[in-house]
Amino acid sequence: MADQYDVIVLGSGPGGYVAAIRCAQLGLKTAIVERENLGGICLNWGCIPTKALLRSAEVLHNMKHAAAYGLAADNIRADLDAVVKRSRGVAKQLNQGVTHLMKKNKIAVHMGTGVLKGAGKLEVTGEKGSETLSARHIIVATGARARDLPFAPADGKRVWTYRHAMVPQELPSKLLVIGSGAIGIEFASFYNDMGSEVTVVEMMDRIVPVEDADVSAFLEKALVKQGMTILTGAGVEKIEVGPAGVKAAIKGKDGKVVSGDFSHVIVAVGIVPNTENIGLEALGIKAERGIIAIDDYGRTNVPGVWAIGDVTPGPWLAHKASHEGVIAAESIARELGNKEVHPHAMDRRNIPGCTYCHPQVASVGLTEAKAREAGYTVKAGTFPFIGNGKAIALGEPEGFVKTVFDAKTGELLGAHMVGAEVTELIQGYVVGKTLETTEAELMATVFPHPTLSEMMHESVLAAYGRALHI
Amino acid sequence: MPIEIKMPALSPTMEEGTLAKWLVKEGDTVSSGDIMAEIETDKATMEFEAVDEGTIVSISVPEGTEGVKVGTVIAVLAGEGEDASAKPAAKASAAKPAAAAAPVAVAAAAPAPAPVVAPVAKGDRVIASPLAKRIAEQKGVDLKAVKGSGPGGRIVKADVEAAQPGAAPAAAPAAPVVAAPVPDFGIPYEAEKLNNVRKTIARRLTEAKQTIPHIYLTVDVRLDALLKLRGELNKALEPDGVKLSVNDLLIKALAKALIRVPKCNVSFAGDELRKYSRADISVAVAAPSGLITPIITDAAAKGVAQISTEMKALADKAREGKLMPHEYQGGTASLSNLGMFGIKQFDAVINPPQAMIMAVGAGEQRPYVVDGALSVASVMSATGSFDHRAIDGADGAQLMQAFKDLIENPLGLVA
Repeated sequence: MADQYDVIVLGSGPGGYVAAIRCAQLGLKTAIVERENLGGICLNWGCIPTKALLRSAEVLHNMKHAAAYGLAADNIRADLDAVVKRSRGVAKQLNQGVTHLMKKNKIAVHMGTGVLKGAGKLEVTGEKGSETLSARHIIVATGARARDLPFAPADGKRVWTYRHAMVPQELPSKLLVIGSGAIGIEFASFYNDMGSEVTVVEMMDRIVPVEDADVSAFLEKALVKQGMTILTGAGVEKIEVGPAGVKAAIKGKDGKVVSGDFSHVIVAVGIVPNTENIGLEALGIKAERGIIAIDDYGRTNVPGVWAIGDVTPGPWLAHKASHEGVIAAESIARELGNKEVHPHAMDRRNIPGCTYCHPQVASVGLTEAKAREAGYTVKAGTFPFIGNGKAIALGEPEGFVKTVFDAKTGELLGAHMVGAEVTELIQGYVVGKTLETTEAELMATVFPHPTLSEMMHESVLAAYGRALHI
Repeated sequence: MPIEIKMPALSPTMEEGTLAKWLVKEGDTVSSGDIMAEIETDKATMEFEAVDEGTIVSISVPEGTEGVKVGTVIAVLAGEGEDASAKPAAKASAAKPAAAAAPVAVAAAAPAPAPVVAPVAKGDRVIASPLAKRIAEQKGVDLKAVKGSGPGGRIVKADVEAAQPGAAPAAAPAAPVVAAPVPDFGIPYEAEKLNNVRKTIARRLTEAKQTIPHIYLTVDVRLDALLKLRGELNKALEPDGVKLSVNDLLIKALAKALIRVPKCNVSFAGDELRKYSRADISVAVAAPSGLITPIITDAAAKGVAQISTEMKALADKAREGKLMPHEYQGGTASLSNLGMFGIKQFDAVINPPQAMIMAVGAGEQRPYVVDGALSVASVMSATGSFDHRAIDGADGAQLMQAFKDLIENPLGLVA
C-alpha cells in the first residue's frame, strides 16, 4: 500500500509546524499531529505569552518612572486579570495564525496523541477515536515540559511551573523562584515589577549561569537594586505547603539551612523531553535520559525517523527547534530525490539566546571563560551603555556589550550583552558569526547613529584597544 | 545577451579537463538541467548540465579536446527571444578557427583576442568567508585549491582547516609522473594514451611509495563465525532485498577497529598529526578507467545493511564513471580486497593523505590449529600498510588485532 504522506510531523510547536511548512514548500505531502494547541508551548504557553506579560511589566515600570521623563502619572496600578487576559489574547491570535499557515500550505492537521507504531506508521488517538497514518518519514517534535522537583511537585496553587505562573489568579505577595535560567529569571523579573517580593535561589555560583560571568554579575546587581533577593550557591532542601503559604528550607552558600515563608513558589529547574509513551523504545531509537540522539541533520539511528527541537540535545530554544525543522525537512526532500535543496548542518555555536528580564540579556557563541577553556588566546572588549548617546536619551544608561575574539585569527567567538533592547541587537552579531566574520569586517561596518547598535561597533573596537567614545 | 558557457571546475583540484563528448549540437535548444556534455576530470567522467535555457549558438571547443582550462568558453547560448544567429563576433571568430585548426591550442588561444588585459573569468573568483581567507593566509593555503562546503560552495573555516598548507592547485593535477624514457627493443606494441584517471593513479601512487615509509603487518583471521553470521543475516534480510557481501562486513570491521584504535585513524600532515573522530572507509573498486576508491562515510556508525546498500550504489557509479567528487575524495583509511581473484596475501600502497590501508586476501580452507589440534578452518590473511611517520608498529599491531577480533567474534559488527 502506498503511504498516505511523505512526511508526518509529530508535534506542532515552533519546531514541528515550521518543519511541516518547509516540507510542504518542497512539495512533500505533509501531515502534522498535535495533542493540544497548534503552535505548541512556545506561542501558547511559552515565549510569546510571557513576552506579553513582560511588556505589561515594562510599561508599568516606565509609568512609575514617568517623572524621570518629565511626565506626570498618578494612581498607577496594575490590573493583573487584564494583564493576563492580554497575554492570553496574544497567544490566541498567534495560535489562529498557525492554523491559517497549515491551511495555506495544505498541511493535514490531525488532532490527537500520536504514537509511533513501527517504521513509517503513526497511530493518532483523538476525540473521534484512533486512526493509523503512514508516511515515508516521521519527524518527532514533541518538545519538553517543566522538570519537577521531587520534593515539591507543582500543584498549581502554591507551587507553580511556568504554566501556572503565566495565568495567576492573584499576585503572589512573597514569591520564591527556584532556578535562575531564562524562565526563572523572566518570571522573577515580571513579578518583581508587578510588585511581588521576590527571592531567587540558584544552585550555581551565579545567576543565568550559561551567560558570560560579567553578564551574570551585572544582572545580579541590577536585580538586587530593583529589590530582589538573590541567593546563589544555594539550594532548596525542603518545601512544606500549608493552607496559607509555603515554608521552604534553603541551604545557603555557607552550608547553613534557613527557613523562609513564601506565598508561592515557581519551580524553574529545567525541562524534561516529552519522549515517553510515543513508541520510541519499541523502534529502538537511541536516546539518553530521554534526549534523542541525532546527527547534524536531525536523523535518529532509525532510518525514516527524525527528531528536532527540545527532544534533542540543547540548547532548548524555539528558534533552534525551528531551524532544525527546516534542516530536517530539506534533508528529507533530498533523500526523496530533490537535488535542488542543499540542507546545511546545524552549527550550535551560532545559536543566540535571549532572556527578557529587565534589563534584558542576549548572547551568542562562547563566553570569555569558555573561550579560554577551549584553548583560545582571547581578545575581549566591553562597551558600556553609559557611553552611548541613544541609551542616555532613552533613559537606559545601564548595561554593556562585550565581544570575544580569537586573538590569532580574529574570529568572533562570542558576544554578550545586558541592557535595554539587547535581545533585538544580538542578531547583528549572529549574522556576522554565521558569515564567519573577523574583527576587520565588523570594524569596517557603518553603524547608524544614533542607535544602541553603535555599542556593538564600539565593543569590537574596544577589543582591539580602539574604542572611540570611552 | 548571449550566454558564454565556460569549462566548469568539477572538482576542487581541477584546472583543466578533457571535453570528452558533446551531447548537444549547434542549433539545439537546451533547458536548465539538460546534460550538454561529458567532461573528463583527473578522476572521473562527469556530466555537465545546462544552468540556463536557450539555443546553442556555437560550440567553440570540439569534443575530444584535451587540456581545456577551467573558465575557457566552450559554447555560446542565446537566451529566449534572442537572435540565435547573432553570434558574439569576437568570441566566435577568434575561438572557432583556432579550435578547428588545432584543438589542443584552444585553451591558450582563447584569451588572445582581448586587447588590453586578459579578462578574469567570473568563475575564477574565490568565494570564501572572511575568516576562511584569514586562516588560509596564516596557514599558507591556496584557496583556489580548497573545495567550499558552505552555501553555494562558499569556502568556510572548516574547509581551510582541513586543507593541507601549500596545497597549490598547480602542483596537484599538472605535475606529470616523470618516467624514464622506455627504450624501444623492436617488440611490436600498441601505444595507448593515458587517460586522466590513470595519470592520477600514477602520480599519487608514486608519491605515496616515495614519500611514505610503509610498514606492513599481516595476520591470519578465521572467517567461520563471520561466514555463519553473514548467512543468517542474509536469510533475515532477504525480504528487504539486502544481500551482504563479506566485504561489506569487512568495511564495518575496519571502521570499528579504527574507532577502537584511534591512533591508526590519522593523517600525517607535516607539522601536525590529524586525529579523525570518524572512520570514513575508502573502498578500492576496479573501474574500467582504473582503480577508484568511493567512500563509506562514518562506517562505524552505520548498520551493515546500510553499508551494503551504499556500497552497491557507489560501486555501480564507479563502474559507470559517474562518482561525484565528494563520493571519492576524503576517507580516513582504505580497504582493498583481492580475495575474489584467489590472491592469498598482498601489500597495498597507502592512499595519501590517509595513513593506513588494509589489504585482504581470499578466504580459504586451510589446515588450522584449533585448541591444540589440527583441523580445517576458513582463514584469510589481512595485511595492513601503515604510514610509519604517524603510526608506531605496536599501534598498527593493535589495529590488526582489533580487526581480527571483530571478524572472529562478529556479533560486535551488528551490535
